[in-house]
Amino acid sequence: MEKGAVIKHDIRKAPKTGDWRNMHPIVDKEKCIGCGTCVKFCPEAVISLKNKKAMIDYYFCKGCGVCAQVCPVKAILMEKE
Amino acid sequence: MINKNKKALSGALAAAEALRQIEPDVMSVYPITPQTAIIETYSQFKADGLVRTEMIQAESEHSAISACVGASAAGARTATASSSQGIALMHEILYIASGMRLPILMAVSARALSSPLNIHGDHSDVMGSRDAGWLQIFAENPQEAYDNTIVAMKLAERVNLPIMSIMDGFNTSHCIENVEILDDEKVKKFLGEYKPEKSLLDWENPVTFGPLALQDSFFEFKIDQEKAMEEAKNEFLKVAKEYKKISGKNIGFFEEYENKRAETSLVLMGSAVGTAKDAVDELRLQGVKVGLIKINLFRPFPQEELAKALKKCKEIIVLDRAQSIGTNPPLFMEVVNSVRELKGRKKISSYVYGLGGRDLFKKKIKNLLEGKVKEKYLV
Amino acid sequence: MNEELTKHLVPGHTSCAGCGIPAIVRAVLGESKDPVVVANATGCAEVTTTIYPYTAWNVPYIHNAFENAAATISGVEKAYEALKKQGKVKDKINFVVFSGDGGTFDIGLQSLSGALERGHHFLYVCYDNGGYMNTGNQRSSATPFGAFTETTPNGKESFGKMEKRKNIMEIVKAHGVEYLAQANVAFMEDLKKKARRALETKGPSFLLVFQPCTANWKFPTSQYVEVGKLATETNFWPLYEIKDGKYIVNWATEKPKPVEEFLKTQGRFKHLFSEKNKPVIEKIQEEVDKEWKKLVNIAEI
Repeated sequence: MEKGAVIKHDIRKAPKTGDWRNMHPIVDKEKCIGCGTCVKFCPEAVISLKNKKAMIDYYFCKGCGVCAQVCPVKAILMEKE
Repeated sequence: MINKNKKALSGALAAAEALRQIEPDVMSVYPITPQTAIIETYSQFKADGLVRTEMIQAESEHSAISACVGASAAGARTATASSSQGIALMHEILYIASGMRLPILMAVSARALSSPLNIHGDHSDVMGSRDAGWLQIFAENPQEAYDNTIVAMKLAERVNLPIMSIMDGFNTSHCIENVEILDDEKVKKFLGEYKPEKSLLDWENPVTFGPLALQDSFFEFKIDQEKAMEEAKNEFLKVAKEYKKISGKNIGFFEEYENKRAETSLVLMGSAVGTAKDAVDELRLQGVKVGLIKINLFRPFPQEELAKALKKCKEIIVLDRAQSIGTNPPLFMEVVNSVRELKGRKKISSYVYGLGGRDLFKKKIKNLLEGKVKEKYLV
Repeated sequence: MNEELTKHLVPGHTSCAGCGIPAIVRAVLGESKDPVVVANATGCAEVTTTIYPYTAWNVPYIHNAFENAAATISGVEKAYEALKKQGKVKDKINFVVFSGDGGTFDIGLQSLSGALERGHHFLYVCYDNGGYMNTGNQRSSATPFGAFTETTPNGKESFGKMEKRKNIMEIVKAHGVEYLAQANVAFMEDLKKKARRALETKGPSFLLVFQPCTANWKFPTSQYVEVGKLATETNFWPLYEIKDGKYIVNWATEKPKPVEEFLKTQGRFKHLFSEKNKPVIEKIQEEVDKEWKKLVNIAEI
């Protein structure tokens, strides 16, 4: 056990919060304008812009739906798991 | 060659002198009688440029100790001072400091806890924190307050546990005696540099202090903490041995005074020991076989060693300067616990003295040792 | 995960789906050019990010207790000063506190006041979700007038929280803090700008960030940005800065929406939409208008 419970960050110990969700976001790459709004508001920071299109890393995505809600062109839709 | 200077100092000034030589990186303080003289003296040192310590004049003891936790976690040699209500106010953070294994030094001028309000000496404040996981060392007089404080800093950093260096409020903190002070250089060399294992300021190796540990892990952390406290007993002797080399002082778990072949042993801590030693001397001259054991290290408590010292006597009298209302007083409980496996039944009695700064006179102690006192409270 | 955004706070924390707190933490820490040390008071942010054995923090971090984050960072900052003078630490380091409204307005007020008065160099970020949310929605002095919380529930003889909200901005300002600002997680660029300005300030600085709590304000998990926007668009939560005692309003509109639009998005105000509680909504609107007018009068837009 770590002395004094002083711990270091180790991503391998992270719980897979992607298991929480019952819906997941799907990006319509045609509609996506690469504005980055979803990127900055995503609570988990699992969205990146790749080639100016939103790309979601599903390992930690909790399926909250914020990205779908803030997208100005409604390029993200939430689908059931 | 042991170089010493003799100065006339009160306990508080002796502790301040020790702190000056320790020169902590950070001192986070809040005033409370009777420790205020310690921090006022230290503030003057700082104002005169005698120390480089960064001082935080906190807005309460709770914040003072919280800042100490922050500073110690950031890798600074950290100290503070408090008494009574201040220690009580710090209470939740004391557990946190120990749980995080931070070597914080607290100079304590032990004082009664309200209510009613009393600013004079007794041990209720430090007894109230005896379960917090802090090491606790008691001093009999200003000389010991000075020696203990220096030893305490080194011991805390050696075992990574916080420590209280305790003297009686007013009786020791405000009474002037001769104190032999060591050379600044000797003390600095004895302490060495504080090299923390983990630090908040090491931003290239970030660590998290104070996580949430659920049912599945909390228990093990507490066991670790307790083991560290047990190991601190041995480390105490080692550090005391190293201190002897530079000071000539013999600091053990406890001091036995005229205890060989004593039929009655008196066990107590703090400034009353001075008076008690006189009482023991006078009774010995009359042929009464009494002895005294002065406890230095109260946490961790030296159970086996004390049992050994009390093996031969027939009667043990324990004097407590604090109560544990609803049961027997703390030191008495420790002594009873220590001797529980000794063969043969001993008579162990508990007396409470000195609450709220009430004096304990030599005559009373003599009467006590001669079996003439039946009343538990030595008023 | 997004590499750029997760340098300081990494996913795998157990905050509620749709919680705004991680976005606030990232926005603030992202604006620091120098390394940061974070102190966190007990609360949502702390509990969800540091469950042993995992810590989501990739920066030096300390959680001490509930009410002493400001006192703790004071100690860290002074240790930094001491060790820097001795040449043991060479870099410039920023010190940031994250604390909820509970650990700031109520139990943490004293230690915040002490740290501000002593002038330590640190940024104190209070994420204001209007209550003790981590422990299940108990009222704090930051809870809005009329809101339902578990300790100020509405009932036959109560319409929710019957006390007005404490004005922490004025309290902090009274300490002579050089830069403090009221921000909103839904206005991300404004928040980032304020974080940058605060971090550049020498001495203490303070950010009060509106943070809609999906779990306890009772709205769908996807709505924190929408609810946050409405708060400012109704003047319920004005965005402003106080720099050297001068008020600067950052966002204003000719036609603010009625505060009802904000209130009706959240289940915690649902009980106000009854006939009996209509006067409470009117009172809320009155207060919002009064505070806005006061702000505008004293400020330069």
